[in-house]
Amino acid sequence: MVTGLINANPTVYEKKERRVRPAASDMDDEYRVEPVDQLEIFDHIRDIKDPEHPYSLEELKVVTEDSIEVDDQHSSVKVTFTPTVEHCSMATVIGLCLRVKLIRSLPSRFKVDIRVAPGTHATEAAVNKQLNDKERVAAALENPNLVDMVDECLAPSG
Amino acid sequence: MADFLEENVGLREIQKLEGHTDRVWSLAWNPASGGAAGGPAVLASCSGDKTVRIWEQSPSGSFECRAILEETHTRTVRSCAWSPSGKMLATASFDATTAIWENIGGDYECVSTLEGHENEVKSVSWNASGSLLATCGRDKSVWIWEVEPENEFDCVSVLQGHTQDVKMVQWHPSVDVLFSCSYDNTVKIWAGDGVDDWHCVQTLNESQNGHTSTVWAVSFNASGDKMVTCSDDVTIKIWGTDSPHVQSCDAYVPWKHLCTISGYHDRTIFSVHWSRNGIIASGAADDAIRLFAENKSCELDGPMYKLLLKKEKAHEMDVNSIQWSPTRNQLIASASDDGTVKIWALESKPW
Repeated sequence: MVTGLINANPTVYEKKERRVRPAASDMDDEYRVEPVDQLEIFDHIRDIKDPEHPYSLEELKVVTEDSIEVDDQHSSVKVTFTPTVEHCSMATVIGLCLRVKLIRSLPSRFKVDIRVAPGTHATEAAVNKQLNDKERVAAALENPNLVDMVDECLAPSG
Repeated sequence: MADFLEENVGLREIQKLEGHTDRVWSLAWNPASGGAAGGPAVLASCSGDKTVRIWEQSPSGSFECRAILEETHTRTVRSCAWSPSGKMLATASFDATTAIWENIGGDYECVSTLEGHENEVKSVSWNASGSLLATCGRDKSVWIWEVEPENEFDCVSVLQGHTQDVKMVQWHPSVDVLFSCSYDNTVKIWAGDGVDDWHCVQTLNESQNGHTSTVWAVSFNASGDKMVTCSDDVTIKIWGTDSPHVQSCDAYVPWKHLCTISGYHDRTIFSVHWSRNGIIASGAADDAIRLFAENKSCELDGPMYKLLLKKEKAHEMDVNSIQWSPTRNQLIASASDDGTVKIWALESKPW
């Protein structure tokens, strides 16, 4: 790894056991639409890699199942994440990764709000504002260096 | 407008214009086309797909894509604006340039490219006479350009004052006073001193009952003595001035907060536009369009502006821009993240 990491020694937690969701064919009615729930959202984002460590956001407890709020009926998803250190300059990159992964995974009807957990970041309000300004996000996603960084974090682990 | 309030009005979708392959950010009706201005109505739309589309109304009434302006901007085209004569179209892009297009014998040609902003240009606006152009962007600055003969544009002023990203610039409809709104939650008003020097004459911020988050758009009523702003704080605010025609730095008459319209949209309001006959339209990230009109009823303590109509699910996704036709009072266009532009007609219901 490169020198000068923001958080050189992060605490790594056990991955949660994955619950197996019933396959569609087991359903009484295979045409029944399964509402999007917390676990589904968590499954989309748990394996995102931290921008500076070889660990997933789940292993670093940056995201947990409980940090996700879903309202399928109103097409709303809220994800609150906890940066590993409170001055983490990677917070906006992590937030961008979360947003990109959810844009790519969820039906377009969903409105996604991404926030850092209250009290966990020195510039919480600024980070939240930037992550939820879609024009800033759109501009960031036209920046090849940032897109490479995001894609690396989203790449499936080998 | 009073007659509208007594009736039920509806917004009927006339047409959905498809073709853009990414979100549509912004729209502009050509002011010199359609209705009394003559010729078919013309609308420009710009998109994250890096193109601008020109839509023209055919004799049958439907809009068709007449031109695609591409291979000039290399990133998102964020906003577009026709010159008052309708002969030129300015387009602002995340690629840090503003392009000027001219319709030459039916073909749109890029006749000039304005460079200077450090990064994303977010908005462009022509003044009433078409002699000045303003641009703004993520570099926190507002630029004023003078329109010279032979498609030359000279930067006459770079205005610093906003502390963040500037989202939109808009000239006053009749005098050369410029309004800019920003991610820093403020609206700044800029006036010239007559010798090419421009100054900020007023900042509308939270302490003047202004917005508490990003201000996305500003629009003026027909007489130019009122303006409306909308914000990420999910409110719409109305501002007024006693003397809209004063234009110098020395004799400036300030704008004052008149009222706040809140509780109608529940996500960021991206666009607001005041029609010539007094109806305010708003489009937001809740996929809805709302129309408001001044409350002419005599009840004391009643709201100054009333909800006239709400159109839930106007689009499949966020509504980014909403624009009344300048020549046909009941026609309105909206643009969305869903990649479409819609044309709507405001109609009175027969019952």
